[in-house]
Amino acid sequence: MAHAQSQEHYYIPHGSHWPIIGSIGVATMMVGGATWLNGAEQGRIVLMIGAIITLSMVFGWFGTVIRESESGIYNDQVDRSFRWGMVWFIFSEVMFFGAFFGALYYARIWSMPWLGGEGAGVATQFFLWPGFEAMWPQTANGPAQIGGEFKVMEAWGIPAINTLILLSSGATVTWAHWGLKANKRAQLILGLILTIALGVLFISLQATEYVHAYHELNLTLESGIYGSTFFMLTGFHGLHVTLGAIMLTVILLRSILGHFTPEHHFGFEAVAWYWHFVDVVWLGLFIFVYWL
Amino acid sequence: MSAVAHDDAHHEQHPYWIKRWLFTTNHKDIGTLYLWLSLLMFFIGGIMALIVRTELFQPGLQFVDPQFFLSMTTMHALVMIFGVIMPGFVGLANWLIPMMIGAPDMALPRMNNWSFWILPFAFAMLLSTLFMDGGAPAAGWTMYAPLVLQTGAAFPFLVFSIHFMGLSSILGAINIIATILNMRAPGMTLMKMPLFVWTWLITAYLLIAVMPVLAGAVTMLLTDKYFGTSFFNAAGGGDPVLFQHVFWFFGHPEVYILILPSFGVISSIVPTFARKPLFGYASMVYATASIAFLSFIVWSHHMFTVGMPLAGLLFFMFATMLIAVPTGVKVFNWVATMWRGSLTFETPMLFAIAFIVLFTIGGFSGLMLAIVPADFQYQDTYFVVAHFHYVLVPGSIFALMAAVYYWLPKWTGHMYNERLGKWHFWLTTIFVNLTFFPMHFVGLAGMPRRIPDYALQFTEYNMIETIGAFGFGLSQLLFVYIVVQTIRGGEKATAQVWDGARGLEWTLPSPPPYHSFTTAPEVK
Repeated sequence: MAHAQSQEHYYIPHGSHWPIIGSIGVATMMVGGATWLNGAEQGRIVLMIGAIITLSMVFGWFGTVIRESESGIYNDQVDRSFRWGMVWFIFSEVMFFGAFFGALYYARIWSMPWLGGEGAGVATQFFLWPGFEAMWPQTANGPAQIGGEFKVMEAWGIPAINTLILLSSGATVTWAHWGLKANKRAQLILGLILTIALGVLFISLQATEYVHAYHELNLTLESGIYGSTFFMLTGFHGLHVTLGAIMLTVILLRSILGHFTPEHHFGFEAVAWYWHFVDVVWLGLFIFVYWL
Repeated sequence: MSAVAHDDAHHEQHPYWIKRWLFTTNHKDIGTLYLWLSLLMFFIGGIMALIVRTELFQPGLQFVDPQFFLSMTTMHALVMIFGVIMPGFVGLANWLIPMMIGAPDMALPRMNNWSFWILPFAFAMLLSTLFMDGGAPAAGWTMYAPLVLQTGAAFPFLVFSIHFMGLSSILGAINIIATILNMRAPGMTLMKMPLFVWTWLITAYLLIAVMPVLAGAVTMLLTDKYFGTSFFNAAGGGDPVLFQHVFWFFGHPEVYILILPSFGVISSIVPTFARKPLFGYASMVYATASIAFLSFIVWSHHMFTVGMPLAGLLFFMFATMLIAVPTGVKVFNWVATMWRGSLTFETPMLFAIAFIVLFTIGGFSGLMLAIVPADFQYQDTYFVVAHFHYVLVPGSIFALMAAVYYWLPKWTGHMYNERLGKWHFWLTTIFVNLTFFPMHFVGLAGMPRRIPDYALQFTEYNMIETIGAFGFGLSQLLFVYIVVQTIRGGEKATAQVWDGARGLEWTLPSPPPYHSFTTAPEVK
């Protein structure tokens, strides 16, 4: 249904130079990154310059929106547009992870068994890699044993602890939300601090796990399809946790500055949604990457 | 421009020059930018196609070397898909959706600006690969591994430009969904929305669902090439076919992204010139939704010959054939709308009717390709090229042209030159068929695609195709002339423009005010 009440005064934001700066920043990053990948060391400098421009865009753009929001010029309709925007953005992120989960399932259900000679793979095995036994995860770096022998990450060590940490952080951010809604600012701020602390703890443990994988297990990005899916999935997830923690920090600073009211706090909710999304992805990772 | 536009005094104000076009948050300005970009890229991609056709005029290798030929087929596809059809329809969405649903503007105007201003940078990056060591990407727009991993310096630029275009599409689609779900005028229920709005709602959903998957696919290519992963390397337990699955999981919904907005355009135009309401509105909505749903479960029909299990072949064959049902509903409804209508044949209607006939031909050849044992013969022949050009050129491109003729008087306040419009239509339609129809024959006779040389017996048809292609390309100069002429002046258009036109956009003056609906209209 349409919403009549909020349309007596419509709101269109004034023009902004941040989008074009964002384009310049991201394009500079990409050109720098691409030339670097092509072997030119100067590309790194270009990449850094692009990253600085992009970061300034993020600060400037969000800063403008926060100032406008705090000055109270956004009406309910704008608020709903932001909500829809965030919902669909998270959906697009889900699909991005879906591509990598799809690669993992494909490798486990089809490509590995086929390489082992099952079904359609009889001829492949016979002509290319006779004698290759497909076992997940023991031989999941493929018939050429790319990256050499490796051990897998045990699910019931750090990963299980990390699961507990992320699930608790979902609870603390909800507790902070209750505080915000009841106008208990101390609870809000404490809840956010706890959530960020848990997030940082998660990332540090993840980093420890990576060091352990590279140095003791010989499990690297190059360990065949196992290493590829393991590090791309957990790596992109870790990147998202890092981003989420940064976003939570911004929300914490805003809360300390007295932003948000019990009725209007979409910024908080958007970040909380994002945090829960990161949480759910982790559950998928824990089950399918580490455990099963 | 004022920060908050509350009263009518501010509505016609807009800053000029760079500030207007670079910093704009206005849906019409952004729509205009999208449409101009689309037109520019249409000629760039068109020149690439003409280079391909020039080489194929005669058998043998005469004008370009094979590597460059393959760069041209690859870049032609990327430019036409991501640079012409998608921005063209997003331009229409920007211009029309706020006017059709009674909104002042899009829901997220600054993000709208960014969605557009990403594209010139992304295409500059993509086109710059033409001048790089090893040439532009030449492995086909589908970028199949492992072939695409042999690309030279262009490779990371290809991947990043696709990431960037994907970002633009996702942001644009989020904006369109938020606009449709949140900005409708009071009384405009979902089932009262014009069909163009419906088709875009579903298209935007498809975009958000699959553009990230493409981003994932090209990311895996990048890590396979530079960081030692084994996603598409069988020796490491991966599979080159995995790339095809991930790519086509994006790719098939993508082809509906390219065609669904056309269905919306045609469903707007046919009732106007038949002077009858659209036949079967609700069934049109459900058919569009069904097509979108089916688009997620048919992708493997692009890769029947890679060696899939029989169960897979059968499933994807039957699922693909199912698409003919909702598509048939649509074609039936357009024809039924015209049935006993009081028809007139202005240029938009001519393009719309040609769309219905020629798109249906493309649909039928698609049905042929869906049949697994037949597809084993057609795979990688010119028959496939004929099929997808029939759905994309007299399909999507004709719908874009129909839309421009139909709404240009609304946008500019001037009527276009009808006589020249008809000339443009007939030249385009004749040459399009001259170009693509013979491709069915050479394809069935076994001429392979993506090869710069061919056997002697295909010569005559290839010559005809090349003549057709040049005729088609040159005819589009007339289109540019007509559009520019209409912008600069001409007979004043009324608000209604077409006597049979229905919908909120026709209640606004031509040209419409800078912010479309300052007070929401009541929809009954």
